[in-house]
Amino acid sequence: MSTIGVSVPRVEDERLLRGEGRFLDDLRLEGALEVAFLRSPHAHAKIGAIDAAAALALPGVVAVIDGRETAAALEPMVFDIAKIVPETVREATAPQVRVHPMPALPAERVTYVGQPVVMVVAESRYLAEDAVDLVAVEFEPLPAVVDAERALEPGAPLVEPDWEDNEAISFSFERGDVDAAFAAAAVVVEESFRSHRQHPSPIETRGVAAGVDPQDGSLAVWSSTQTPHLLQDFLARWLHRDPERIRVRAPDVGGAFGVKHSCYPEDLLIPFAALRLGRAVKWAEDRAEHLAAATQGRDQLHRIAIAADSEGRILAVRDSAVMNAGAFNLLGLVVPYNTFTHLLGPYDVGALGFEMRVAVTNTVPTAPYRGAGRPEAVFAIERAIDRLARQLGADPADVRARNLIGPEQMPYETGIVYRDGSDQVYDSGDYPELLRRACELVQRERFEATASERRRIGVGYAIYTEGTGVGPFETARVRIEPSGTVKVFTGASSQGQGHRTTLAQVAAEALGVAVGDVEVVGGDSAAVPSGFGTLASRTLVVAGNAVSEAAAAVRAQALEVAAGMLAAAAYELEVEDGVISVRGRPDATLPLGAVAGFLTPFNPARPRGAPPELAAESVYRPGPVTWAAGVHVAVVAVDLPTGVVEVLRFVIAHDCGRVVNPAIADGQIVGGVMQGIGGALHEEIVYDESGQLRSGNFMDYMLPTAGEAPEFELVHLDTPSPLNPLGVKGLGEGGAIGPPAAIAGAVEDALADLGVVVHRGPLGPSRVRDLIASAASAASP
Amino acid sequence: MKPAAFDYHAPESVDEALELLADEAVESRVLAGGQSLVPMMNFRLAVPEALVDLRRIEELRYLRIGADGALEVGARTTQAELLRDPAVTTGWPLLHDGVTHIGHPQVRSRGTVCGSLAHHDPHGELPALALALGATITVAGPAGRRQIAAEDFFVSFYEVALEPGELVVEARFPAPPAGSGWSFREIARRHGDFALVGVACLVTPAQTRLVVFGAAERPLLLADPSEVAAAVRPLDDLHASAEYRRQVAVLLAGEALAEARERADG
Ligand SMILES: Cc1cc2nc3c(=O)[nH]c(=O)nc-3n(C[C@H](O)[C@H](O)[C@H](O)COP(=O)(O)OP(=O)(O)OC[C@H]3O[C@@H](n4cnc5c(N)ncnc54)[C@H](O)[C@@H]3O)c2cc1C
Repeated sequence: MSTIGVSVPRVEDERLLRGEGRFLDDLRLEGALEVAFLRSPHAHAKIGAIDAAAALALPGVVAVIDGRETAAALEPMVFDIAKIVPETVREATAPQVRVHPMPALPAERVTYVGQPVVMVVAESRYLAEDAVDLVAVEFEPLPAVVDAERALEPGAPLVEPDWEDNEAISFSFERGDVDAAFAAAAVVVEESFRSHRQHPSPIETRGVAAGVDPQDGSLAVWSSTQTPHLLQDFLARWLHRDPERIRVRAPDVGGAFGVKHSCYPEDLLIPFAALRLGRAVKWAEDRAEHLAAATQGRDQLHRIAIAADSEGRILAVRDSAVMNAGAFNLLGLVVPYNTFTHLLGPYDVGALGFEMRVAVTNTVPTAPYRGAGRPEAVFAIERAIDRLARQLGADPADVRARNLIGPEQMPYETGIVYRDGSDQVYDSGDYPELLRRACELVQRERFEATASERRRIGVGYAIYTEGTGVGPFETARVRIEPSGTVKVFTGASSQGQGHRTTLAQVAAEALGVAVGDVEVVGGDSAAVPSGFGTLASRTLVVAGNAVSEAAAAVRAQALEVAAGMLAAAAYELEVEDGVISVRGRPDATLPLGAVAGFLTPFNPARPRGAPPELAAESVYRPGPVTWAAGVHVAVVAVDLPTGVVEVLRFVIAHDCGRVVNPAIADGQIVGGVMQGIGGALHEEIVYDESGQLRSGNFMDYMLPTAGEAPEFELVHLDTPSPLNPLGVKGLGEGGAIGPPAAIAGAVEDALADLGVVVHRGPLGPSRVRDLIASAASAASP
Repeated sequence: MKPAAFDYHAPESVDEALELLADEAVESRVLAGGQSLVPMMNFRLAVPEALVDLRRIEELRYLRIGADGALEVGARTTQAELLRDPAVTTGWPLLHDGVTHIGHPQVRSRGTVCGSLAHHDPHGELPALALALGATITVAGPAGRRQIAAEDFFVSFYEVALEPGELVVEARFPAPPAGSGWSFREIARRHGDFALVGVACLVTPAQTRLVVFGAAERPLLLADPSEVAAAVRPLDDLHASAEYRRQVAVLLAGEALAEARERADG
C-alpha cells in the first residue's frame, strides 16, 4: 500500500505538544556566558567615543566588544548570492547590482535603528542587559532616509557615502511591442499599488550558541537557522577555519518564514566571542530585538498599467517598481527578480514592459519573507486586473478566466529568463480548472443574505503561480539499521513544516517499509557532508527526491545481498512492510534489518568485499523550477460606519503536484493564508520620518490570532510535475502569496458603489474609513 | 527584555504590605496580576527597586455581595474569577460583558480587576465599566482607609488618585436597580486588543450613565451622545486617527444608548 498521499499524523507532534521540544534557548551549555547587544538608537549616525569602563566594572561582565575591535578580526560580511547574476539574466535584463559589505559591528557609522553596535558578554543575560545600559556611546546623528522613493530622489541623504546615490539595483525588461499595444488598446488602467513592509515574526526568535570542544578544539555552533550547512560554510570562511572543524546544529526551530535564512552579524559574533573567550557563549534574541533587527519583508511600490481590448483581453502590461532593501543589499536580485518573474503569473500576455529599482535606506535590511517578492507582484497585477474589470463593468473572475494560460499550452514558455538563468517554462498545471473549482466553492449568496446597507459583502480573487524547488542541490543519506529502523539524514532541516513525517513517507514508499520505522535526522551539518537548507518552497522537491533516490539505491543493495542469502534472484524479491520475500516461496522471508545485520563486520559469514552497512547517499540536483499555482477567493464583510473588515470565508484551490501528506499540505497552506491575512488587515512595520521604529512590539505589530481566522475551504488539483521523479511541487510559501490581493479586492468589491480603490494595506478600520471618506469627497465636486 | 534587579516581597496581610510601601527610601510598586507591570519592567519602562506582591494576601481574595447588595471585589480577584461567578453574570451583565473583551483567557486568569483600575489604561475596559456602574474604589494607606468614587479616581493616562504608600484593596460595584438596561460596545483591531474606542452605558430608571473610553486621557462620563463629539480628546496613533476615534465614539454612543434603553424597557 502506498504511503504517499496519506495523511499520516505528524510524528514530530507528540514531543512538541508535550512541551518536550528543545529549542535554542533550552540549550544548557556548561558555563555558558550570555550576550546582550547595545543596538543603535539612531537610523543614521557617526559613532564617536565608546566608554565601556562602567560596564566592565560590573561584577559578572566578562567582555565588551565593539566594532573597532572586530574590524581587525572579522571581514565585513558579503553573501555570494548577492553578486551572482547568470549570463542569460544579464543579457535579458541588464541588471546593475551594487553591494556594500555589512560589518558584523560597525566601527564608524550606524545605518539603521536596531543595528548591533556593542556586544556585552556576561554571566547572565540579566547582567548583560544591565551592562548595556552602562556603556556610553557618543553618536553624532546624520540625516536619514527611510522611504525608498525618497531615497532615489536627487539630493537624498546617502546611506553608503561611497556611492553617488542610493540605488542598489536596477534592471528592466521589454518583450513585445508595449507602446503599440497601449496605443491600440480599448481600455487602459493605471494605478499605484504598495505592498507595505511586514515582519515574518516566527514564534521562536533567532538565537545562536557556540562553544569550543575541549577535546579537539573544534567549534560547535547551535543556531535556530534554516540553513545549517550554509552557516557552516559561511563561518568557515569568515573565521578562517576548516569547515570540518565547525559543526552547526539547528535544534528544534519554531518557525522561520525566511527570517532565519540569512547569516546575520550575530551568527558570526557569537562564535567569534566563544573562540576569543574560550568559553561557551549564548545569545537568545528577545522579541524587541527581533522586531527591530531581524530581516523584514515586502516594501515595494508598483506603478502598473494594463492595456486591454474591449473584451478584457490583456494586450500589454507595463510595471515600474521600487523596492526598499533597507540598509544593506543583502541578497541582491533574489527578491526583486522574483517579483519580475511572477508578475504575469498565470496570464497569457503578449507584451510586457518592466523596470525595477531597489534603494538602500536607513531601515533594517529586507530579505525573503514567505513568498519573497511574489505577494508584491501578485498584489500589483491582481489589483490592476480588478480595476480593469471594474472599468469594463465585468465580473473580475470572468476577466481573469479570459486571460489564463490554458492546459493545452503547457509546457508554456513565458519568454522570460528565470533567476537561475534558465528559460522560464511552466511545466504543468490547469489554471482555468483551478479557477473554476475555486469559484464553485465561494457561496456568495449565503453571505449576501446577511448583507445590509450597513454591512457590505464583497468577494475578491487572486491567482498566482510559484516557481518552486530551486537548486542547487540537496543531499540525503539513507541507512537501514540491523534493528530494522531506517535512518534518513537530510540537509534540509525543519522549522515546523513536518519533514520528519513527509520525508519518512517518501523513504517508506521507496523502500517498502512502514512509515513508523523511518527516523528522519536533519538540522546537523554532520548528518550529511553537504546540504543547502529549507527555504524557497524547495524541500519536498529537492530533499524529497534526494531521499527517494537514496532509498531506492538502498533497496536495490538490500535485494542484491538478500538474493544471496535467500538463494534467489534479485528480480524475484519484493519488499513489504520491511520484510523481503521471494515471489512464490511464502516461507522464504527476511527482514531488511537482517540484511543490514548480515553485512556488519562482526559477522564472520559476510561475503568478502561487501559494504559494511546498508546505506546509500544521493545528491539530487534539480533542473529548472517546477511551477505550483493557486487561486484564492476571499469573502469579506465590511461594516460601513466603523470600517471593520471581517474575512468570512477563504477558498483556496491549489496545485502543488503530487501531494505526499494532504493534512500537512493543508496546514502549510492555511498557515500561509493566515500570514497573508495578517498582512492584508493587521500587520505593518512602521518607521517614522527619522527612522525610528514605531511598531516594535506585539501591541503595535499585530499578528493575526486564531480569533481572526475565517472559515477555510481547500481543494487540490494535482497535476504532477514532469520535472522530478516524485512529481511534486513546492507549497510552503503559496498560502501567503494571494491573501493581500484577494482581500483588498473583496473590500473594494464590497464598497464598489462608493467608488473606493484600495491602493495598499493593511486594511484596519481607520484606513477603511479614510478610503470611504476620500471616495466620497472625490465623488462630490 | 529582562527587568533590572529588584527586591521582592510577598506579604501575607494588608498591614504588612502597607508597612513595606511606607518605606520612602525604597521605590516600591504593587504587583497584582503582573499583566501590565511585568511587560513594563521587561522593557525597563518601569524600574522599581522593590515589588510588593499581593498574591499571598488571602484577605484580599474575595468576590462577594455586600450587605447593601453591591458587588465587592477584593484586590486579589482576577478578571477570570469575576467572569466565572454566576452572580456577576446575572446581576452585573454590563460588567461581565465588558470584561470578556479584556485580552485573552491567559491574560484574564492572571490580571486582576483592581489592578486594571489602578493601572488605568484609558483604552482599557475596566475603568470605563467602573465609571458607568458608579463604582467606588477603596484604598488603604498609612492614614487608614478611604473611598474614592470612580468619577474622581481616574486622573489621566496611567494616573489615578492614589497617594504614595496607598493600595487599592477593593472595588465596589453597586447593583444596578431593577429595570436598568445596559450596553457595551468597542472596536478593537483584533479580538482581545485594547479598544480603539468603546462605550459602556447603563440606563437606570433614575439616570443615564454613558461612558466613552479610548477617546481621551481618561474615560468620560456623559449624559447624552450629542455631547460626545465635543467632549472627546482622542489620540492619533498607529492604530487609528483621532478623527476615526471621534466619529466612531459618536456612533457607538448612539447605538449603545439605544440598546441600553431597549433592554431597560424589556
Ligand atoms: C496580551 C495582553 C492583552 C491585554 N489586553 C487588555 C485589554 O484588552 N484590555 C485591558 O483593559 N487590559 C488588557 N491587558 C492588561 C490586563 O488587563 C492587566 O491585567 C491589567 O491592566 C493590570 O492588572 P494586573 O492585575 O495584571 O496588574 P499589574 O500588572 O500587576 O499592575 C499594573 C499596575 O497597577 C498597579 N497595581 C496593581 N494592583 C494594585 C493595587 N491593588 N493597588 C495599587 N496599585 C496596584 C501596579 O503597581 C502597576 O503599576 C492586557 C494584557 C496583556 C498581557
